[in-house]
Amino acid sequence: MAQYIFYALSIVTILSALYVVFAKSPMYSVIAMIVCFFSIAGHYVLLNAQFLAIVHVIVYAGAIMVLFLFVVMLLNLNQEPDKSHGKLLRVAAAISGGMLFLVLLLSLNTSETGTFILPEKSDIGLVEHVGKKLFNEYVLPFEISSVLLLSAIIGSVVLAKKES
Amino acid sequence: MENALVSVPHNWYLLLSSLLFCIGVMGVLFRRNVIVILMCIELMLNSVNLLLVSFSAYAQNADGQVFVFFVMVVAAAEVAVGLALIVSIYRNVASTDIDSMKKLKW
Repeated sequence: MAQYIFYALSIVTILSALYVVFAKSPMYSVIAMIVCFFSIAGHYVLLNAQFLAIVHVIVYAGAIMVLFLFVVMLLNLNQEPDKSHGKLLRVAAAISGGMLFLVLLLSLNTSETGTFILPEKSDIGLVEHVGKKLFNEYVLPFEISSVLLLSAIIGSVVLAKKES
Repeated sequence: MENALVSVPHNWYLLLSSLLFCIGVMGVLFRRNVIVILMCIELMLNSVNLLLVSFSAYAQNADGQVFVFFVMVVAAAEVAVGLALIVSIYRNVASTDIDSMKKLKW
């Protein structure tokens, strides 16, 4: 049962990622990206990482994609389909992407493999476990990331402000 | 439902996330619209996140999930600043085409 859910989610993920790249209008790209993010959240649920699945839906599908959608509508990009590169450059892009996948595949194929010892019931992805890790071992990076977010807020306001 | 970690081999996650990463790389090279290029970078970040979560779930170690949490924080900050940059560039050159931003290429 679980593997069929995995196959269905993977097909949705790959197809929507391809549609992000090949869609004519940026608006369709954003919509496909939202579908892709939801299917990745489904993968997280399948991997028993419920906390990250919720955070992923809130942060990515909720905040980041709304920001993208807002900018696409603000700049009026959904009117005309944007021009693409010349044919040579497009073929070169497709070939280099495919070659990179081939290299990754071959390196994975030839690398040594081990086996994981899998437990009966996995609960490390729940809020309790991740929260304990986050506030014991990783409390300093957690605090520093709040400073990073503050600087990102200030930086984006300064950059997007109309200079008088 | 049975445990998904048992019925899905970990190699499938390696395959899926490397395919997703390569689609992101191809999108960055393929498109001329800066917003779509930024979205493809997000796609690459997400493929790495998926790989980290799968390794952390299979190895039963929650460290990977904490890393993914921090990657999400950095991605949110990156998108906010990147979109502000795109808006301010659009105000100057009235286009989001990557070929219209080559003033540094002298």
